[in-house]
Amino acid sequence: MNSVSNTMRDAMTMLRRQVVHTIRYPVILMIAGIPVILLLLFVYVFGGTMGAGLAGGTGGRGVYLAYVLPGILLMTVAMGAQGTAISVSMDMTQGIVARFRTMAISRGAVLSGHVAISMIQQGIGVALVVGAALLIGFRSTTGPIQWLGAVGVLAMVALAVTWLSVACGLVTNSVEMASNLPMPLMLLPFLGSGFVPTATLPVAMRWFAEYQPFTPIIETLRGLLVGTPIGASAWVAMAWCLAITAVGYLWSVRLYGRERPS
Amino acid sequence: MSHNLGSTRARSRAAAIQVRGLRKSFGDHVVLDGIDLDVAEGTVFSLLGANGAGKTTTVRILSTLTAPDSGGVRVNGHDLFRDADSVRRAIAVTGQFSAVDDLLTGMENVVLMADLRHLPKDEGRRRAAELLERLDLAEAAGKPTSTYSGGMKRRLDLAMTLIGDPKIIFLDEPTAGLDPRSRRTMWAIVRDLVAQGVTILLTTQYLEEADQLADRIAVLDRGGLVAEGTPAELKRLVPGGHVILQFAEVGALESAARTFHSAVPDADALTLLVPCDAGVASLRALLGRLEAESIEVASLSVHSPDLDDVFLALTGSEEPKVVAR
Repeated sequence: MNSVSNTMRDAMTMLRRQVVHTIRYPVILMIAGIPVILLLLFVYVFGGTMGAGLAGGTGGRGVYLAYVLPGILLMTVAMGAQGTAISVSMDMTQGIVARFRTMAISRGAVLSGHVAISMIQQGIGVALVVGAALLIGFRSTTGPIQWLGAVGVLAMVALAVTWLSVACGLVTNSVEMASNLPMPLMLLPFLGSGFVPTATLPVAMRWFAEYQPFTPIIETLRGLLVGTPIGASAWVAMAWCLAITAVGYLWSVRLYGRERPS
Repeated sequence: MSHNLGSTRARSRAAAIQVRGLRKSFGDHVVLDGIDLDVAEGTVFSLLGANGAGKTTTVRILSTLTAPDSGGVRVNGHDLFRDADSVRRAIAVTGQFSAVDDLLTGMENVVLMADLRHLPKDEGRRRAAELLERLDLAEAAGKPTSTYSGGMKRRLDLAMTLIGDPKIIFLDEPTAGLDPRSRRTMWAIVRDLVAQGVTILLTTQYLEEADQLADRIAVLDRGGLVAEGTPAELKRLVPGGHVILQFAEVGALESAARTFHSAVPDADALTLLVPCDAGVASLRALLGRLEAESIEVASLSVHSPDLDDVFLALTGSEEPKVVAR
């Protein structure tokens, strides 16, 4: 067998290990339900007032639901990433990872297993949120091709923030620190166009909101889901995702290869 | 001070592990101060030393977990620095702390290792079942390892080490914290492996364990080797053992003390410490003299030379930091 198929085989073995972990220790899956609660909170608590400020002052709860969905979807992905940082950090304290390091396993396989299971968990979370949104009256105005595009965008974002979170899980030696490091990812949709139009923000914050990576991602998602103009946002979003993935991956592999005290 | 008690048997075989001038410091704490090791193929080599002597660091370096500061290492003929993956394919490690996945069952743990060693699926499962059977874990194979006892975890750890048919096995204090029965099982497994041609590097704090298993022993003290040789060669360096006789009344103690001139009496504890090499012949002679003098002994205990004695003999007056059993 050549080294590429060995790498794939090792990564699949590690994914199977993670799947069994998830089944035996399903707390992580319960976390996938939290964004649904956030969606309901935003739509039913804030939605009436917030919606009134949209669509030239004529919007309501339903308009706000369509507006806020991309932001909630990104929070779903970000929360999944936080779970990844925790489980990577916990795994590194286990003796079995030291054993993996004495074996001729491709370096990235252990981490790839974590990334793959995290993407699956984020996928479940996204499906739950979309399902809840449909139940409370969300109707997409676009077609299946745009929906596929939205899935693709979410997958790219998930891959990017997950690799970044793997690095967060590796860079610290305590699980508590690891769980806090990806916290800014949860806040970024708020400091962008996730919950309110950036035009309503104070100047300094607006400047930040317009240039931070989550804003073009949210604009692209919104365009694909409800047909608002996307413009250059799609390309900027893709560039951000690729760049974050590359940084997260290279940083993670480097951290995994480093010597750690016994 | 270094005693190198070269023996021709080990030197004549191919070297499974070759270490030259190995050095490692953590900050300004020197853990390994230039050690040399030659472990012949198909033998058991024991690194004997107290906690903090550098045993675990040596194993971590040889198993590619820790990079040394300097020195040359070849494992199974592969250079540790240039060809770490070839080294990794030849070795397996069972450390002091069990390296099993607590959320998986025993069987799943061993199959995980079989998959990572790239065994064909069916063969991996068959071999895993065989190993669990051999290590007396067949019944528990389907239970999560979080329910296993310490001894069971250690045996599972060993099954995970053995499944890839490693040529060289590192056992870092494999019996620390095990009950006597599990310890004997572990020893039997080690003997079995060596009979199959596997090379084993074993670290231990216990002279008895090294004596039972090792073809050669190296004594590690504060990062340096203070002696190396066969168990018999090493024992010649340490003072003999002793027998402690316990008496019921002071009269018997006094007459016994008159009989054995070199003995040390303790009038308060009513005991007498008699130097004796703990062999059956010497014991029989000792009991014979007690019988001849009609001295009543309440009980006696035999003490072989232990790690304390080795340290005292090899490192001078300084107390070892560990209490040997």
